[in-house]
Amino acid sequence: MQVGKEKLLWMYEKMVQIRYYEETMAAVYMEGKLPPHIQKGLAFDIGAGPVPGEMHLAAGQEPVGVGICAHLSDEDTVVGTHRPHHFAIAKGVPLNPMTAEMFGKVTGLGKGKGGHMHLFDNAHKFSCSGIIGASMPMACGAALAAKKLGKNWVAVAFFGEGAANQGSFHESMNLAALWKLPVIFVCEDNHWAISVPKTKATSVEWIADRAAGYGMPGIRVPENDAVEIFEAVAPAIARARRGEGPTLIEIKTDRYFGHFQGDPETYRPKGEVAALRQNDPIPKLAQMLKDKKLMTAEQETLIVSKMHHLVDQAFEFARQSEYPNPHDALQDVFVSDHAAARALA
Amino acid sequence: MKSTRILTMAQAISEGIAQEMTRDADVFVMGEDIGAYGGIFGATGGLLEKFGKDRIMDTPISETAFIGAATGAAAAGLRPIVELMFVDFFGVCMDQIYNHLAKNTYMSGGHVKLPVVLTTAIGGGYSDAAQHSQCLYGTFAHMPGIKVVVPSNAHDAKGLMIQAIRDDNPVMFMYHKGIMGLPWMAYFEGSSNVVPEESYAIPFGQAKLVKDGADLTIVTISQMVQKAALAANELAEIGIHADVLDLRTLVPMDVQAVLKSVRKTGRLLIADEDYLGFGLSGEISALIAENLDTITLKAPIKRLAVPNVPIPYSRPLEQFVIPQVAHIVQAAEELMLKKVAQAALL
Repeated sequence: MQVGKEKLLWMYEKMVQIRYYEETMAAVYMEGKLPPHIQKGLAFDIGAGPVPGEMHLAAGQEPVGVGICAHLSDEDTVVGTHRPHHFAIAKGVPLNPMTAEMFGKVTGLGKGKGGHMHLFDNAHKFSCSGIIGASMPMACGAALAAKKLGKNWVAVAFFGEGAANQGSFHESMNLAALWKLPVIFVCEDNHWAISVPKTKATSVEWIADRAAGYGMPGIRVPENDAVEIFEAVAPAIARARRGEGPTLIEIKTDRYFGHFQGDPETYRPKGEVAALRQNDPIPKLAQMLKDKKLMTAEQETLIVSKMHHLVDQAFEFARQSEYPNPHDALQDVFVSDHAAARALA
Repeated sequence: MKSTRILTMAQAISEGIAQEMTRDADVFVMGEDIGAYGGIFGATGGLLEKFGKDRIMDTPISETAFIGAATGAAAAGLRPIVELMFVDFFGVCMDQIYNHLAKNTYMSGGHVKLPVVLTTAIGGGYSDAAQHSQCLYGTFAHMPGIKVVVPSNAHDAKGLMIQAIRDDNPVMFMYHKGIMGLPWMAYFEGSSNVVPEESYAIPFGQAKLVKDGADLTIVTISQMVQKAALAANELAEIGIHADVLDLRTLVPMDVQAVLKSVRKTGRLLIADEDYLGFGLSGEISALIAENLDTITLKAPIKRLAVPNVPIPYSRPLEQFVIPQVAHIVQAAEELMLKKVAQAALL
């Protein structure tokens, strides 16, 4: 095992934080959305409550975020997906403005204009998109910029296994390989593209095998395990930093919640999630750390309570924050130009 | 000494880009055939020789990847110019344009700056049929988040290009093929004009009064400005004097210039090469309708535009659906004879 104690503890802390964040969000999200708080006749109102709109949670997928981001600095770019919280937290996006954004508050990352699928944090070079397959061209651009600026920064494009069937995947893989861009394409295979299993949508068993078609290495990571992921991607990151070009990595991971909160998941075999949870990567890592004497039971308790406190405090910050002034909707269409409305007024 | 040098619009655009690339090392160009070829419509002619392949980058035919990469590179601090060869090709990359380039600034609360210039060729009139002849500036102006620049001549094109490159926001720079001064396509002489050698920027949102007249206002843009100017000359011979207003940019649009002219003339003709429905001509008409408390119209508004059919191939068909000089003259003459209904006297 190449990964040192400090990184291991960091990965554990972050995974605990992410899991608790997602569980807290799952609960808060349902506030006000169920009878008797909503209109008679509705079973569920997606637009009601303190956190309205769609909500895609990443519980179970924490190892992907931390295993990759453990290699990155603030100068490296991460472009995430519509299910972005684990990537954002692992990349260091501060919890307060991130959470406030999901509450639609003026203190949010985007002053309440983006919401949970559209988180932008320049300081940590993090962004994401609600469009499937959109992360890849964007990461190519960040990598191109790094190359032009003569820096050894890398750009990571996260995407799901469903996105590997989008045209943007093929175009970006070719472009990145052709121009030797320092991009790490990370395919997060959680088996499900909303309700469609990978076997019914994808022509190959391993998307990583497609790398050969573009003249770049493909790495298969069969275990949803932060340490395995960290070690498997190390050569890819090093290769990109050396200026030798991109790598495609595919990680088998697990989605514990539905596609979105409120998803009835009728398509999912009964008992699948319970079985997946038997292999939960977080207690597994905790046990490993304790077995190797890298963490005591007391430290574990302390970490858990510290991480929970950070998350609780972020949700409290979001609740206490103010909503934007409705007229703020007319601003920020363009930078240094608060007259978007004037364009056609 | 005042410059008397005449350039084509293609030469003027490429000169504007070159001057900005010399001034600012962050500016670079990406696109299909923009290097050794110099751009299919000449907008990047000579740039490869001047700046080399690291800054003048031919791309694979992968518009989603390289337009998305332009957005990514801009977010990272660079100032890409990226070419979509024909605007008609937006179908293969529109997600990157309108869901990302146009929206990320807003969704980030104004924190993400995207100084991208997206150049693209527009327009018909040379029998290239439905997939290579559209204007579509109305489509891009309809969706918030992108500034839309549509020059009608070389002088303006250079100044507007320099302004576009310096703007911290996404700018769509749409040049009509039929005014680029290409050696392989007929063009309007008026579109090649005197272009100063020094660098200069033309602010967005400032329409230009191309002809001054008191009888009616012709609001127009792009190649249609040249047609409208010719039509105005013909009309002058029969005693009808038109204001011809070149909008130059649609986002932002010079609303005041339109209102001012129509207040003066009381008659409005919109000459547009984009589709008639839900577009520029409707927008200008609505603007006037919303300001009827301060405008007295003498005649109903007249719109000339492509009548909601794809651009046909055959010459007589295409010449029929795209407004021509004769159509503008005829419409103006008819407008002079029309009257608005009198408001009922109470």
